[in-house]
Amino acid sequence: MTKQRVAVIGGGLAGLSATMKLCELGIEVDLFSMVPVKRSHSVCAQGGINSCNDQTRQLGDSEWKHFDDTIYGGDFLNHQPPVMEMALWAPKVIDLMDRLGVPFNRTQEGFIDRRRFGGTLYKRTAFAGATTGQQLLYGLDEQVRRWESAGMVRKFEYWDFQGPVIGADGACCGVVAQDMTSMEIRSFPADVVIIASGGPGLIYGRSTMSMMCNGAAASRCFQAGAKYGNGEFIQVHPTAIPGADKLRLMSESARGEGGRVWVPRTAHDERSPQDIPDAERYYFLEERYPEYGNLVPRDIATREIFDICVNEGLSVEKNKLCVYLDLTHISKSELDRKLGGILDIYQKFQGVDPRVNPMKIFPAVHYSMGGLWADYERTADGGLVVGSPVNQQTSIENMYAIGECDYHYHGANRLGANSLLSCIFSGLFVAPGIQTRLESMSMPASEQSSTVFEKAVEKHQKRHDDLLAREKNDDNPYQIHEELGDVMTKAATVVRRNDQLSAAYEKIDELFERAQKCGLSDSGNWTNQNVLFTKALIDMFPLARTIVKGALQRDECRGAHYKPEFAMPALESEDEAGRLQEAEKWCDKFEANNKKWLKSTVATCGADGVPELEYEDVDTSLLPPRPRLYGLVGGEIIEKVWRGRIANTSPHPAAIT
Amino acid sequence: MIKNVYGENLTSFTVKVRRQASPDSQSYWEAFNIPYQADLNVISVLQQIAKMSKNAKGESTTPVAWDCGCLEEVCGACTMVINGRVRQSCSALVDNILDENNDVLRLEPMSKFPVIRDLVVDRSRVFRALQKIKAWVPVDGYYDMGAGPKQDRKRQEQAYPLSECMSCGCCLEACPQYLKVETQRESDETDEQFEDRKNAEYDKNFVGAHAINQAMLFNSNPTGKMISGERLDALTDEGGIQICGNAQNCVAVCPKEIPLTTSIAKAGRAATIHKIKKFFDSNEK
Repeated sequence: MTKQRVAVIGGGLAGLSATMKLCELGIEVDLFSMVPVKRSHSVCAQGGINSCNDQTRQLGDSEWKHFDDTIYGGDFLNHQPPVMEMALWAPKVIDLMDRLGVPFNRTQEGFIDRRRFGGTLYKRTAFAGATTGQQLLYGLDEQVRRWESAGMVRKFEYWDFQGPVIGADGACCGVVAQDMTSMEIRSFPADVVIIASGGPGLIYGRSTMSMMCNGAAASRCFQAGAKYGNGEFIQVHPTAIPGADKLRLMSESARGEGGRVWVPRTAHDERSPQDIPDAERYYFLEERYPEYGNLVPRDIATREIFDICVNEGLSVEKNKLCVYLDLTHISKSELDRKLGGILDIYQKFQGVDPRVNPMKIFPAVHYSMGGLWADYERTADGGLVVGSPVNQQTSIENMYAIGECDYHYHGANRLGANSLLSCIFSGLFVAPGIQTRLESMSMPASEQSSTVFEKAVEKHQKRHDDLLAREKNDDNPYQIHEELGDVMTKAATVVRRNDQLSAAYEKIDELFERAQKCGLSDSGNWTNQNVLFTKALIDMFPLARTIVKGALQRDECRGAHYKPEFAMPALESEDEAGRLQEAEKWCDKFEANNKKWLKSTVATCGADGVPELEYEDVDTSLLPPRPRLYGLVGGEIIEKVWRGRIANTSPHPAAIT
Repeated sequence: MIKNVYGENLTSFTVKVRRQASPDSQSYWEAFNIPYQADLNVISVLQQIAKMSKNAKGESTTPVAWDCGCLEEVCGACTMVINGRVRQSCSALVDNILDENNDVLRLEPMSKFPVIRDLVVDRSRVFRALQKIKAWVPVDGYYDMGAGPKQDRKRQEQAYPLSECMSCGCCLEACPQYLKVETQRESDETDEQFEDRKNAEYDKNFVGAHAINQAMLFNSNPTGKMISGERLDALTDEGGIQICGNAQNCVAVCPKEIPLTTSIAKAGRAATIHKIKKFFDSNEK
């Protein structure tokens, strides 16, 4: 029998950890990436990776609490068993990365140092300077290079995934990819295909994501029949540096290490920030959220910064929306040791030293909580069955999704320093399940009839040739992309309104029509980045529509999805009895809303890239949903009322503590 | 506001790009006029060229091909030669360059790597060098074996800067001893045969500062050093550290300010000791 092979699409943290684990299990891998894998977008992750640890444990932390923070932060839209399993694995993941040589910062005594991140009260986050993602990626890249040297991995770098090959039985049996240099389109039989292609930030034009994060690989699977979950949940990071080509991330670790967000109390105060006395500074996150302060979850920090600038008119600058992120009270040596990498980025791109002057920052599109719908097999006590071939499988048999492009770990909002964890965890965890699947297969993909592969190549070759043969005209894909980015950024980010979303959906249709016709300025067949970009652009539309349609239909506020029209009110009554009554009503409303909307959005791609949406129950069997009350006026009373109700209706879960 | 040579406010500037349609065609210069805006970087200039697809003469042209990724100087993709100096194009701010250079921006591909098209070059040799010097920690496997060895803070602070190398190739472009290796594909070769021949050719030539630095990084790791001899073998083999002419250009151009020459000096000493030890070991047998 010929050897079985797995194709992995994408070489970031998820793709590389899956690759190395598969190799360890004796399974050969073809690894495809648009860029040399060492340059994958994971390098941009800055702050760190979460796990409970020996120190936090003694302060009351546990895997259960990491799980609870993740679910609460995600507004209960996360599927609980995968998150539980991830939290249980987190300490082991960090131990493994430590063994692989990742230079985590150390304490005086030589232990791995930790810092605090948003949405938790514990110092859970391990970090390597302020380039943790880069360092973790390098650790994995090195291991995969080792397997490459041993002949277990064939790398196809500068190859662009065109789509899956689906056999007559409806199962995935390979991929079609295009060499970005020679433009050759070729099929690769694979017994299992893993999609680890990251997020779709380019749909928003400028974001914190890298230039290859165009979402095309996920969209091509979506168009081939894979379902897409929770598309409308897009994380807008509170702190980024605005730029003409990119919105560069300013890590949450800046706040984790004590950074304070503020604006002058007087609008557009012209004094230099150092000359503004403390009393005339508005530390709005600290004032509004005394418990979490600057480390409220990202969706909340983002909305507050947006609110301060847009609604209260307190932006630092008159013609540009921004607030101060201030580190100048921290010693230079400590800043260099813990945050050097990100402070250098600010200095390099803004020409201002953030150790001396407060940074000017504004929110930017950062991460997609949604992604390809993926499955799991649950154990009786609420974790995942190790080695189950169902874990991380998409709705297409033998096609798996891991990392940012799967949907079930982060719910409605991701906590900082959980993405590196979910990427590495899902990559490691998927491998034994795939081994089980391969063992049960009777015929390897390479022995399937060649017609199915020939037909797939033919289809993609025709698409390519048709694009090159297009008549030249005045419209061009870069212009359309810019307009798409503007539409998406205006309608489907921080604040969402139904009229704007409807208008955006129509505008997307118009842009799609233009993208179907726009001319190409390069019709050559050698390293033609123009045609590759045009294809990616056309494939952005099904996902853009899924995001906007999902946002339009979801009439509620949950995590990153915020519609003021449906916001839950703060309590207004002055006396206690009145408040109690209001809290009861509040909880009724909360319950009714959950009944309707505590559901995953699951999209199927219809003809011409138009998504159909269905809603699926979320597994909340471990932790009953409770109101997310960070900073809400009257929150303590609501919580009391809610706890009373919960105690009467559902038993406390068999806690894994 | 940037002024032109006549002291007037700059409204547009010229970008000259050294273009080349394919590996075996001739290179040529093409000029573009870009309207001036504050805070542009070279990436946004290239994005604008792609959108205009017209050169300075108003003729239609193809977009310039170039490599890029993160746009925040951590991925290493967008290296090119800008006004004669090798660097990342994302962190090359147009205002600073125009200030120094009379309104003209000159973009060229790196000269030490085969050109694929325009500013895109083939840097596979950079990654091959990492294979050659075994730039990895040889762990037993990926099962849970608890934490790694405890490490002191000082060691982490030394290792971290070395580990920031993003394989961008700046140090290689600037190195007088690092010469271009171009392997032509034979017509009757399979992909694998060509790959093997190319790698053999790379292995005969200088590994470069980045790889020597990585060898020192892994030789200082508590587990990594268990195969330090193998790395020193690679560094003293053909194409090894002996080729370094100590020009020190590498450290001057490294965008991450990695102490490359310190690593090279360390590697030199370690290699010498390793060689002597090996000599006596083999005499004993």
